[in-house]
Amino acid sequence: MAIQNKPAANKNLSSIRKTIANHKRYDFIFASLGTLVIASLTITLLILFLDLVIDGYPRFNLDFFSNFPSRRAARAGILSAWIGSSLVLLVTFIVAVPLGITSGVYLEEYAKKNWFSDLIEINVSNLAGVPSIIYGLLALGLFVYSFGLGQSILTAGLTLALLMLPIVIVSTREAIRAIPVHIREAAYAVGATKWQVCHNHVIPYSYGGILTGVIIGMARAIGETAPIITIGALTFIAFLPPSPIGLEPPFLNFEWLESGFTVLPIQMFNWISRPQHAFHINAAATGAVIIMLTLLMNGFAIKLRYNIRKKIKW
Amino acid sequence: MVKKITTNKLKHDEIIKAESKNLNFFYADGTQALNNVSLPVYENKITALIGPSGCGKSTFLRCFNRMHDLYPGNRYDGQIILQPDNTNILSDGVDPIEVRMRISMVFQKPNPFPKSIYENVAYGLRVRGESNKRSLDEKVEEALKGASLWNEVKDRLQDLAFNLSGGQQQRLCIARALATEPEIMLFDEPTSALDPIATMNIEELMSELKQKLSILIVTHNMQQAARISDYTAYMYLGKLVEFDATNQIFTNPSKKETEDYITGKFG
Repeated sequence: MAIQNKPAANKNLSSIRKTIANHKRYDFIFASLGTLVIASLTITLLILFLDLVIDGYPRFNLDFFSNFPSRRAARAGILSAWIGSSLVLLVTFIVAVPLGITSGVYLEEYAKKNWFSDLIEINVSNLAGVPSIIYGLLALGLFVYSFGLGQSILTAGLTLALLMLPIVIVSTREAIRAIPVHIREAAYAVGATKWQVCHNHVIPYSYGGILTGVIIGMARAIGETAPIITIGALTFIAFLPPSPIGLEPPFLNFEWLESGFTVLPIQMFNWISRPQHAFHINAAATGAVIIMLTLLMNGFAIKLRYNIRKKIKW
Repeated sequence: MVKKITTNKLKHDEIIKAESKNLNFFYADGTQALNNVSLPVYENKITALIGPSGCGKSTFLRCFNRMHDLYPGNRYDGQIILQPDNTNILSDGVDPIEVRMRISMVFQKPNPFPKSIYENVAYGLRVRGESNKRSLDEKVEEALKGASLWNEVKDRLQDLAFNLSGGQQQRLCIARALATEPEIMLFDEPTSALDPIATMNIEELMSELKQKLSILIVTHNMQQAARISDYTAYMYLGKLVEFDATNQIFTNPSKKETEDYITGKFG
């Protein structure tokens, strides 16, 4: 009987194997397609980036970073642009990060869930997708004219902060939602208040997600051109804003906030629109600097998230 | 024999620590999860809640520390009177945080915070404003000893709690709930995620803990209820079917439904 059964069992087994092989084909097709798409995109990006680096290569030296723009391409540098970008981003960071995180925490932990909070949620998510030029127009009307802040670093920083806020809020809320209910309940169960739960648990456990959002938002802000042009940033600038840090007490001054400025993408845009080829080299070099900054920031975000995630296992 | 109506064999010298009176509970979607449940919790005793899934025993347990308040729309109706001060802990005038300061809870799944072993135990004390390092150290040690975890972790208090095994994590959660010297401890199926040895450890621990406080435990495991509890309540469909001394419930239940559940004919 055992001998009779054997071929039958084998037949059954071979049909199972065939079915599995058939089904696994889809795994293979999907994985190959995915790899193909990722590879082609990455390679395209790499080629473009390399092209930019090669074009701009002659300009990669200290002078390029320490010179003001000039009518002579070979002597022109991005000093005022990178300092302008840094100062604008500083304002953006100081405004958008605390506001974004606290908004996220409020919406997620404190706000009552009703149609109004749903409306806010939808709007915040949509704001992240509004074209940046719209923010520029808003800022021109509101900050430049209504508030009289002028075409200053402060205005630019606030504008980019508006742009970055939804990204920070959305990533904060997502990070908070990823905290399991049972951890939250554990904190409440020992008698913690809502604020203690937020302060000791919810916010610390969401750092990874929040920081990622912040850095991605900053990386977006650093490359934004349209809203900055709209509010009237200068395109040719051969001076630096007053230094934020002084040698005499009170060591901090805020005059730089009112200063005119330019930023890296505008400098690049300005050079690209010149007819002379020599300026295009400068533009390529500036582009490479921007991309490297963005990649660095993203890399930093990934590393941070990885480090924080390693410590937290639910 | 089984049908015999039992006289109330509860010992009358027991002290009532807390008592639910005509407790109804409604979830936000309107479903009534508890129907007129009246049940005493005796001091220095273990009271076990048994019953099939969805019978409301966890819902009932979570009324005792107002856990349902965390989710909007839930509604209590009735009273839970906590002694000796005769406070109705469900009343609007009582802050749920005050209730949780007096009644602590251990959950079904070990849920340590992603912090160090020390910080996990100290958290309840920190929440109460304790910041003196020496006093914290003492109380953390005491709680860990109380949860019979001290010997295993005393050399690595600063390690992350996640590095402990499941059973150790659950004992850590017990230490966390114990550190604040609660009057009642609630256990919501505390051993359902643990292996038999860890389960035994925790059962022994509960029997020790009842010297100091009162325990209310939900369990799916009838043998566990029979082993450790002094009183047992059988719940079904949000109602309390029977409440009695544990050996009475398991040897001579007064209700047919209880007997069917206990003997495995139902559930």
